Amino acid sequence: MSYKNVWSEVPPAVVVDTPSRFGRALGKYTVSISDACNDCLKCVVVCPVHVFAATGGKLTPPRDHLCLGIECSKKSNRCVRNCPEQAIRVAENPSCKALGDRRWTSDLLMSTWHMAETGKLPENDLEYRIGDTNGGFDKLRLLFPKRPPRPSLEKDEIDTSIRLNKRDAGRHQIDIPIPVYGGGMSFGSISQITMLSRIKAFAAWGSFTCTGEGGYPEALFPFDDYIITQVATGLFGVREETIQRVKIIEFKYAQGAKPGLGGHLLGPKVTPAVARIRETVPGSSLFSPFPFHSVYSVEDHKKHVDWIKAINPRGLVSVKVSTPTDVDMVAVGSYYAGAHIIHIDGSYGGTGAAPDVAKKNIAMPLEYAIPKVHNFLVAEGVRNHITLIASGGVRTAYDVIKAIALGADGVVTGTSDLVALECIRCHNCESGRGCARGIATTDLELVGLMDLKWGSQRIINMLSCWRDQLREILYLLGIKSIRELVGRTDVLAHLDYCSDVPDDDIRTVGK
Amino acid sequence: MPKKYHIDVHPTPNRFPAIGRSGIVDWGEGCLKCAECVKYKCIYNVYRERTFSIDIMGDTIDELCMNCFRCVQGCPKRLIHKTLNPEWEALGDDVYTPETVSMNWEQARTGKIPVSGAGYGGAFSGPGFDSMWTDMSEIVRPTRDGIHGREYISTVVDIGRRPTALEFDSSGRLLTKPEPRIRIPIPIVFDLFPFGNLSSNVWKAAATAAGKLQTLAVVPATEARKMEDMTAHLVPFLGTEPWDPGWIRNFNMVEISDSEDAPARMERLKSARSDLLVSVRMPALSRAEQIGRILELNRAGADAIHYVADERGYEPGVENGYHVKDVIRELHTALMNEGVRDEITVISSGGIAMAEHVIKSILCGANLVGVDVPLLIALECRVCRNCRDGGECPVDLAQGDSRWGAQRIVNLVAAWHNQLLEVMGAMGIREVRRLRGEQGRVMFMEDLESDTFAHIFADRNP
Repeated sequence: MSYKNVWSEVPPAVVVDTPSRFGRALGKYTVSISDACNDCLKCVVVCPVHVFAATGGKLTPPRDHLCLGIECSKKSNRCVRNCPEQAIRVAENPSCKALGDRRWTSDLLMSTWHMAETGKLPENDLEYRIGDTNGGFDKLRLLFPKRPPRPSLEKDEIDTSIRLNKRDAGRHQIDIPIPVYGGGMSFGSISQITMLSRIKAFAAWGSFTCTGEGGYPEALFPFDDYIITQVATGLFGVREETIQRVKIIEFKYAQGAKPGLGGHLLGPKVTPAVARIRETVPGSSLFSPFPFHSVYSVEDHKKHVDWIKAINPRGLVSVKVSTPTDVDMVAVGSYYAGAHIIHIDGSYGGTGAAPDVAKKNIAMPLEYAIPKVHNFLVAEGVRNHITLIASGGVRTAYDVIKAIALGADGVVTGTSDLVALECIRCHNCESGRGCARGIATTDLELVGLMDLKWGSQRIINMLSCWRDQLREILYLLGIKSIRELVGRTDVLAHLDYCSDVPDDDIRTVGK
Repeated sequence: MPKKYHIDVHPTPNRFPAIGRSGIVDWGEGCLKCAECVKYKCIYNVYRERTFSIDIMGDTIDELCMNCFRCVQGCPKRLIHKTLNPEWEALGDDVYTPETVSMNWEQARTGKIPVSGAGYGGAFSGPGFDSMWTDMSEIVRPTRDGIHGREYISTVVDIGRRPTALEFDSSGRLLTKPEPRIRIPIPIVFDLFPFGNLSSNVWKAAATAAGKLQTLAVVPATEARKMEDMTAHLVPFLGTEPWDPGWIRNFNMVEISDSEDAPARMERLKSARSDLLVSVRMPALSRAEQIGRILELNRAGADAIHYVADERGYEPGVENGYHVKDVIRELHTALMNEGVRDEITVISSGGIAMAEHVIKSILCGANLVGVDVPLLIALECRVCRNCRDGGECPVDLAQGDSRWGAQRIVNLVAAWHNQLLEVMGAMGIREVRRLRGEQGRVMFMEDLESDTFAHIFADRNP
């Protein structure tokens, strides 16, 4: 047996079935089997989605998260009607009501878990496209032509890649095969295993992941070519050496969830390992101030960008900002300061800890900011020379398409990656030992809840399903490359302004 | 630099267990008696620490549960479930939502600003204050770090008249007489309660808290008479009733209802004490006559207009009326157009349920706000409004000790104050007085919609 260092290897972007690590996955329906069951195993045969399985002639606990629903179960050729002992009961899962929130509904959580487990869309009636916020992405729909307009289009040839350097011949030319990369989450706010799971999964897809503002742990070194290192206001763990390691460097001016407030890592999460990487003291709360106190103008900002460019002569510079009223001016200022990527982070984005008042109220939602920035860059005549990346509320492949159609080149995700790792949105990432599900924690016991291979595979699966959805959507729209979708608001409809908007579920459109 | 304002916070426990959002349902039937039951593995030790509370005659498990769902998922027979608590869902109304009520309870208990992990989980927008977002400063404007205390942000406001310009005689002597005014360190006064199982304890709690916070509490004249030692922080509401001039002299400010003879009443009040401030309480209505009347009262020398919406924040007595934010914007704009905005103080009341509503009201044009129901929530009110029909108060509000109540209110206001600092810090605004009517630093949903989606989809359905 040859030795393979699984820690430092980029895995293949291939789907592998990766079930829940917490016993039974949560589903929309529960399937219960009473003591009357005589293990005749008829149910194993009749279920089209393999809810039932047996080992050694005995029925194992049903995988009820795959169940197609109560209607299905009652059909004459399905489980309930075919059970001779009437031992099977299918019901709605009562826990769904207490699960999730309006942005991430229980349906959206469970469908994302399904994608992360199987790499496929759910086959039942889970809503996998939108949440229940009654605005923004959740009120936008995709408008498909009645018949795919370009029959010659081959689905496999549809290009979902985007360009990250549109202006600078002397620097790295980077195209990423999917229009998505991983947003900054620091070591400390999440565990090293979570960090590496994301990095390896995005690397598998040829894309990048940002370190966030928590330094650059040594375990990341094998993935230097897939990492964006962040320079934020606290400058935690920022050294010349970390800036030179990577191909892309991100300045974080602000974060959508807490614009203008800086960062905050509570004491209990600052373990000795975290403190070492951040060059601070274990157990003491860490604050990143707002703003950069060396930047009070676009000229200062340019000085910052120049500084990075001088230290890493081939590196690309991304500028991450949130969405104030003048976000368009900020974007154009960043272009003139020499940035390759302007990354706008909308107000409903994720965070490890933030005041609720900030998350809800400060700065504008992403859906308004994207067209504002895109149109302004077009009007300035610089749109083709800068990459516009959107984040802060991008939850699904449909959100990706909508963000790009509104004017972004690509998106950055964060929360959806964590949901793939079975984040449940309990909103307790900040407290005490951190995440009970072993994702956003540095507690040694809780970190052990997740295995790196499992974690990276779950995100690989989700991204695979997203890529498939993007291709299917582009195919149905008759668009050959996602780069042609930028600013194509004509493929969108808004429920407040358009009437008779048809259903845009790609599982049924055109079938 | 003004003296740094500091609020003393002391954790002050609830009298009744708070009503939580969800509960655990645990069926014993069919249990396999697994040797390693999921209940032993709870990382928060919820199942070990649960007790039977005699206060609620029930299990404390729902209070302890942190919603990680690991037991729900882990039980091989699916015997554990989580459900929404119907009692929680029934709290309050569409303005005082269950989330708002429970968040205010928690702030009154701890004095701490609500912080949580993960992004915002609520609706995209909503009616009233939920259709506005505040601005922040990105790169190009000076910004402030409020909470972390590096730079001082002032939340001081003045109540009273302000001359638009100073006048001097030919030899340069000041002719303008300084107007009386009251300076308070937060843009919040306490207002009359629209409902409540009220008692002198409750009024005293509010008045004591107002004293500790160095602000003012508007109270009924009858209650003001019972609190002779606190007159500096009381604003007796006189309505249209007659008053005793000797008694009135004890106060710095009084409030009257608007009535035809209001200007004459104001004059008589001021003759009882020349530096007495008089605030005129009026319904917040979007009507030209109302603005005309305010201009009249301004000319007659009113110090403040207390513009009062209904308890949900809408025009009182008007079907499908405007939200108070729109009414205040309209009033602010009208006073600006008349060139008298700086002369008079505008206090906005009604529907102020959360800290962000204070900032948003001021951005719309109020100088400060009046807070009512949240003070009751600090005293554990569940906004059930049973009291209105003479029904029983589930938390026996009237019986709460006034010192306990005062500290709960102080805690709540301290948490709100810190949230003001957060939002102002993000905006790079160092003075709450500069925030008044700064409509360029706020994003209204209708404007964003017309700039983006209305623009994009304008030609879709002609």
